[in-house]
Amino acid sequence: MKVMLVDDSKTMRTIQRNILLQLGYKDIEEACDGQDALSKVGAFGPELLLVDWNMPNMDGITFVKTYRAQGGKSPIVMVTTEAEKTRVVEAIKAGVNNYLVKPFTPDSLSQRINETLSRAKAA
Amino acid sequence: MDASQITSFVASTHQVFTTMLSLTVTAGKPYTCCTVPKFENEVSGIIGMSGDMQGMVVLSFPTATARNVIRSFTGMDMEPTSPDFADAVGELVNMISGAAKAKFEGKNVSISCPSVVIGKGHKVQQPSDAVCITIPFECAGGPFSVEVAIKNAKVAAKAA
Repeated sequence: MKVMLVDDSKTMRTIQRNILLQLGYKDIEEACDGQDALSKVGAFGPELLLVDWNMPNMDGITFVKTYRAQGGKSPIVMVTTEAEKTRVVEAIKAGVNNYLVKPFTPDSLSQRINETLSRAKAA
Repeated sequence: MDASQITSFVASTHQVFTTMLSLTVTAGKPYTCCTVPKFENEVSGIIGMSGDMQGMVVLSFPTATARNVIRSFTGMDMEPTSPDFADAVGELVNMISGAAKAKFEGKNVSISCPSVVIGKGHKVQQPSDAVCITIPFECAGGPFSVEVAIKNAKVAAKAA
């Protein structure tokens, strides 16, 4: 399973990477913002993406809309500090499949990933 | 700024430290930023708020506390000169501000990408048109503070 982490914070990417490694996901690519992610998705071909919202250059919502417009079909979990209901609705409308608010525990990240992959498999 | 907004920052700081750092924090009595601070700021993470609430949030530490807190957060001992150290401080203030603004009911608030200042005895100048409140905290890593200077943009606009 190829997983792409899109977050401008290296600390947050490292925390997520360590959790994913513990869960058995070993093929991980990182991107520091939406633009960086768009430049890498073609070659890497992620099967799951964890995407932050607030990032410089290109934010997470713009990335998700662009990725979907370009035909990207892999499930996306937004992992963000944006916790308001209006933001969650905006993210889902943009093409996000699941949502996790920071701060999070390793268990909650694992749960969101499992939910997302199960739903994608069933669809 | 009202008491519930200060309470939001106390709760969000507690939430971030407990969830991501496994550290319990104790909040002291908030005081205005013009009061002499309880420690010298050496590491500060700064984030701006805009929209219905406008202003700034500053998470400040003495260096020793910052190193202890970042070790708990990342699992690594980092030098304050490392870019990763500043990145971790920025992510902490990002999560604290994000979790606090989620508790502002009915407000549409955006937060900026964080900035980090490192240097002995620096002072972050808060906006002069907003009341600035310092919330002191203690954790196993040492003392730190969250300074909040935000105003209700709609009230300010009506008054103008």
